[in-house]
Amino acid sequence: MSVFFWPPATCGFYRRYYCAVALAFSAMASAPVMAAEASVAVAANFTAAAQEIVDLFQTQTSHVVNLSFGSSGQLYAQITQGAPFDILLSADAIRPKQVERDGLAVPDTRFTYAIGKLVLWSAKPGFVDAQGGVLQQGNFTHLAIANPATAPYGAAAIESLKALGLYEQTAPRFVQGESITQTFQFVASGNAQLGFVALSQITDETGGSHWKVPENLYAPILQDAVLLKTGAQNEAAKAFFAFLKSPQAVHIITQHGYATVTGK
Amino acid sequence: MWQTIWLTLQLAALTTLILVVVGVPLAWWLARSRSMWVEPLAALVALPVVLPPTVLGFYLLVAMGPNGPLAPLLQMFGMRTLAFSFEGLVIGSVIYSLPFMVQPVRNAFQLIGDGPLEAAATLRASPLDAFFSVAAPLARGGILSGAILSFAHTVGEFGVVLMIGGNIPGETKVLSITIFDYVETMQWGAAHALSAGMLVFAFVVILATMLIARRTGTPQP
Repeated sequence: MSVFFWPPATCGFYRRYYCAVALAFSAMASAPVMAAEASVAVAANFTAAAQEIVDLFQTQTSHVVNLSFGSSGQLYAQITQGAPFDILLSADAIRPKQVERDGLAVPDTRFTYAIGKLVLWSAKPGFVDAQGGVLQQGNFTHLAIANPATAPYGAAAIESLKALGLYEQTAPRFVQGESITQTFQFVASGNAQLGFVALSQITDETGGSHWKVPENLYAPILQDAVLLKTGAQNEAAKAFFAFLKSPQAVHIITQHGYATVTGK
Repeated sequence: MWQTIWLTLQLAALTTLILVVVGVPLAWWLARSRSMWVEPLAALVALPVVLPPTVLGFYLLVAMGPNGPLAPLLQMFGMRTLAFSFEGLVIGSVIYSLPFMVQPVRNAFQLIGDGPLEAAATLRASPLDAFFSVAAPLARGGILSGAILSFAHTVGEFGVVLMIGGNIPGETKVLSITIFDYVETMQWGAAHALSAGMLVFAFVVILATMLIARRTGTPQP
C-alpha cells in the first residue's frame, strides 16, 4: 500500500497520481497469478444466505466470488443486456427459464436452490397471532406486500389472501414494496403495521410477531439458479455453482428459513 | 396510465406552488442577509442535490413513521404515518426539489444588487413594497426557471417516492414508478412509450429554462 502514499522522488508533484497508479500496476504484475473470480447475480431476498455461502466457499477455495444484489426483474434485464454475470440466483423459476430460452444459459444447469416460505410479520410483539386471525379482524391501516407483478413473494401473498377469502377486504389497505426487501422496510420501520415477507428475512429478528402462512395456501416459491454462458469456462463460477448443492451450502440455506429440494 | 400521468402532474404542480411560496422568501433571505447562518443554511438546502434520493427517502420513511419525531403531531390528526400518502409525497418532493427552486432565485436576487432597492427606499417604499414591486419583478427570470426546474425535478423523482410511496394507484403511484414496473415486468414497449415521453419533456424543460435565462439575462442554474 505504501506506494500510494509515498511516490518516489522521481515522481513530480503533478504527476504523483499517475506515478502511483503505474507503480500499483507494476506491483500487481509481479504478484502471483490470482485465482479465478466469479460474478453472481443474487435476488435480494437471498442476500444474507448468499453472503454466508460465499464466505464459506472462499475459505475452502482460492476463488473469489463477487455478489450483485437486485430484484430478479432488474437482474434479468441486465443479463439480457450483456451484464457480465456468471451465475443467476433468481427469486423465481420464471426468469431463469426465460434466460434459458434466450440462449444465455448453459443448458441443463438450472436447478431449484431454495424454496421460499411466506410469513405474515409485524414489528410489534403480539400483533400477529399464531393463526393469522389479525387479517380477519382487520384492525390495521396498511398491509405491506411485495409487488405481485415482479416479486414471487408478493404473488404468493395475493394467492394466500384469496385462498383465505380475505383478498377483497384487505386489498384497499395494500402498500406495495418494489421488492421483498422494501416490503420488509415498510414493516420494520412501523409505517405498515404488518406485511407479508419472506421467512428468510426475519430469521434474525428478535421481537415482533409472525404467522407462518400454511404452505397449502400458495404455490411453492421455487427459487432457481442457472449457470450463464458467460461463466461456462470460468473455474470459479463452475466451482461455486457446484458448491451451492453441497451439504454445507444446503445447511446454510435451510438455516435461513428456506426449504430445499434435497434437504427439506 | 393516464391516472399515473395526472397524479404526477398534480404532485409536481402542488410541490412547485409550495416551493414558490416557501422558496422565494428563503432565497431572498439567503441573498440579502449578512447573518453567519446564511451559508450553513444554504448548504442544508443544497443537500438533496448531492445526497442519493434513497438516503433522503430512508430518513423520510423513518421520520414519517409511527416511531418518528412527527408521530405525536400525526396522532393529533388521527394519522399513524405520512408514508403511503399523497401528502407524504408532497412533503418529500418539497424537500427534494427545494435547491432547484432556491438556487436560481437566490442568484437572481443577488444579481439585482443594492441599487434598485436603495432607490426604492429613497422613494419611501416599504421593504415589503420594494420586494414586490422592485425585487420580485427583476428576479422573475430566476423565479420562473426555479419553478420550471422544480416542476420537472418532481416529475422525474424516483428514489424518494420508491422509498416512501408504497405504489398505491391514484395516491402514490407516479410516472417514474410506473416506468420502473414496466421494465421489471418485461413490458418494454410500454416502458419505451413513457420513457420517450419523459425524454422529450425533459428536453423541452431544459431548453425553456435556457431560453428564459438568455432573455432575462439571469445566469443559468
